[in-house]
Amino acid sequence: MSVVAATAAAAEAELATHPKLGPSQYWACFKGIVWREVLRFLHQTERFFSALVRPLVWLFIFAAGFRQVLGVSIIPPYQSYVLYEEFVAPGLVAMILLFNAMQSSLSMVYDRETGTMRTLLVSPFPRSFLLVSKLLGGVAVALLQVFSFLAVAYVWGISPPPIDTLKLFTAYASPDWLPIFGAITDPIITDVMRVPAFMQSFAGYITVIPALVIVGLMLGSLALFMSSVIKQLENFAGVMNFVIFPMFFASSALYPLWRIRESSPMLFEICRFNPFSYCVELIRFALYGQVDVVSLIIVLGCTAFFLAAAVYAYNPSKGLIARRGGPGGGA
Amino acid sequence: MSRETAPALVVDGVSHSFGSNKVLDNVSLTVPQSTFTVLLGLNGAGKSTLFALVTRLYDNISGEIRILGHDVRRRPTEALQRLGVCFQSKAIDPDLSLTQNLLYHAALHGIGGRDAKHRAIEALEKVGLSDKAGFKVRTLSGGQARRVEIARSLMHRPALLLLDEPTVGLDIGSRESVIGIVRSLVQKERLGVLWATHLIDEVSPTDNVVVLHKGKVLLSGTVPDMVKAAGTSDMRDAFRILTGTTHAEAA
Repeated sequence: MSVVAATAAAAEAELATHPKLGPSQYWACFKGIVWREVLRFLHQTERFFSALVRPLVWLFIFAAGFRQVLGVSIIPPYQSYVLYEEFVAPGLVAMILLFNAMQSSLSMVYDRETGTMRTLLVSPFPRSFLLVSKLLGGVAVALLQVFSFLAVAYVWGISPPPIDTLKLFTAYASPDWLPIFGAITDPIITDVMRVPAFMQSFAGYITVIPALVIVGLMLGSLALFMSSVIKQLENFAGVMNFVIFPMFFASSALYPLWRIRESSPMLFEICRFNPFSYCVELIRFALYGQVDVVSLIIVLGCTAFFLAAAVYAYNPSKGLIARRGGPGGGA
Repeated sequence: MSRETAPALVVDGVSHSFGSNKVLDNVSLTVPQSTFTVLLGLNGAGKSTLFALVTRLYDNISGEIRILGHDVRRRPTEALQRLGVCFQSKAIDPDLSLTQNLLYHAALHGIGGRDAKHRAIEALEKVGLSDKAGFKVRTLSGGQARRVEIARSLMHRPALLLLDEPTVGLDIGSRESVIGIVRSLVQKERLGVLWATHLIDEVSPTDNVVVLHKGKVLLSGTVPDMVKAAGTSDMRDAFRILTGTTHAEAA
């Protein structure tokens, strides 16, 4: 015990040898984590192409085929009839984010089995900061993928319309649309600001960025939480089947919800309770220069919830990992 | 007591269980600065769990762990700033270059810019890999990759270096070079090293030895202490007698 007491005194004298962690240290750490994620992604060209090919196959083949089958009526944010390709594009963007998040969670399970996750966790910064930085690194990678996809879609003739005014869209309780709790019967659309003339033609590509970041963060924290629960890589294939496909198909990504409602009221209810639907809608409205307030609130709420769960799971004193003896497992 | 004499690591009365399975039972050990301490134990002795506790992967519920005097639970930031680790499994990116790996690690400690680059050059010199700085890790041999991991764990100039079975899977030449590098660091950098292994021939006669067996510290002292405690003439036999294993198991 005397050794312990004496070393406590020595500790005070020695504190000066390593600097306190201030804003510039946090910034260096954040930059380093994001930079590594991007660098790793750029080194994996196959991953880049497979990430790009998936939504393009949907766009070129699936959407072209369904153009004749599925008519899309005029629902917000659309003000005229749109081609099915245009309707499905935001859903495919959300799909890129979903796959990317799940893939990075897959890499976290893998990282756990190697030592990379542990290297991250022995950093002296708070664990929540490290995990959020890692998620934002994943989002940065996803943004590269999304914009590559949007570039190809642009060449194909699918792009957001010119935007002259940014708007707030507050949900309504029409059965065509999503809100879980909607007492308002008509949409309230408020003008926020005018877009400078020179930006109008490409404004949608800018206004979508915040939506992509928030959605990426939400799906990333869900995936992060899952990575702490999954014990081994082998379980992950199941998660793909049980999480990715249901989330994607039971949402407003591929078809407008009034269509789903016509065929199955039950499925319609499931879609309304699927947070991924709100991710899709947030992106869809953002591409049209509108903030869909209800979707924003729901997505932010889910982000906070999943993130808290993930940080809890990785917390050394309470977390799931501590109870189970992972990551890296073994005694 | 000043910083000059505070031990690099103090583990005091630490126990840990997974469910009803008690993996560590009242473990205490000390790694003084500038010493090479071997944590000797068979597979399943609890070495990795002890490392997980020291690196704060999970909290120690009982007892205390201090790195250069800083309690890992109460002052995790200060403790982790002074800790370098080489985990059993590889923790470097094969697709990134040596320098890129080191810069990433520096960033994890809040070190960026010119300082980080300078430290990377310095760290690679210490492990004799300066000429490979721009190479991808993938192109390195197993022993070289291990040396990169050691360089990585030195980037933030720790006082304590933990190595969890660092020579697993290496050939004899690489093993000797890895051990040699770490031993020279102990002298030059005043580094306290805790080297976990089950290979008795990695112990040199001047090392401190902690024998961990089934979660308990059986012996903590020097090699002569160990030989004396077992009443044998050589440390190989001593380890075998202490852990009650046969020839084949201890080899």
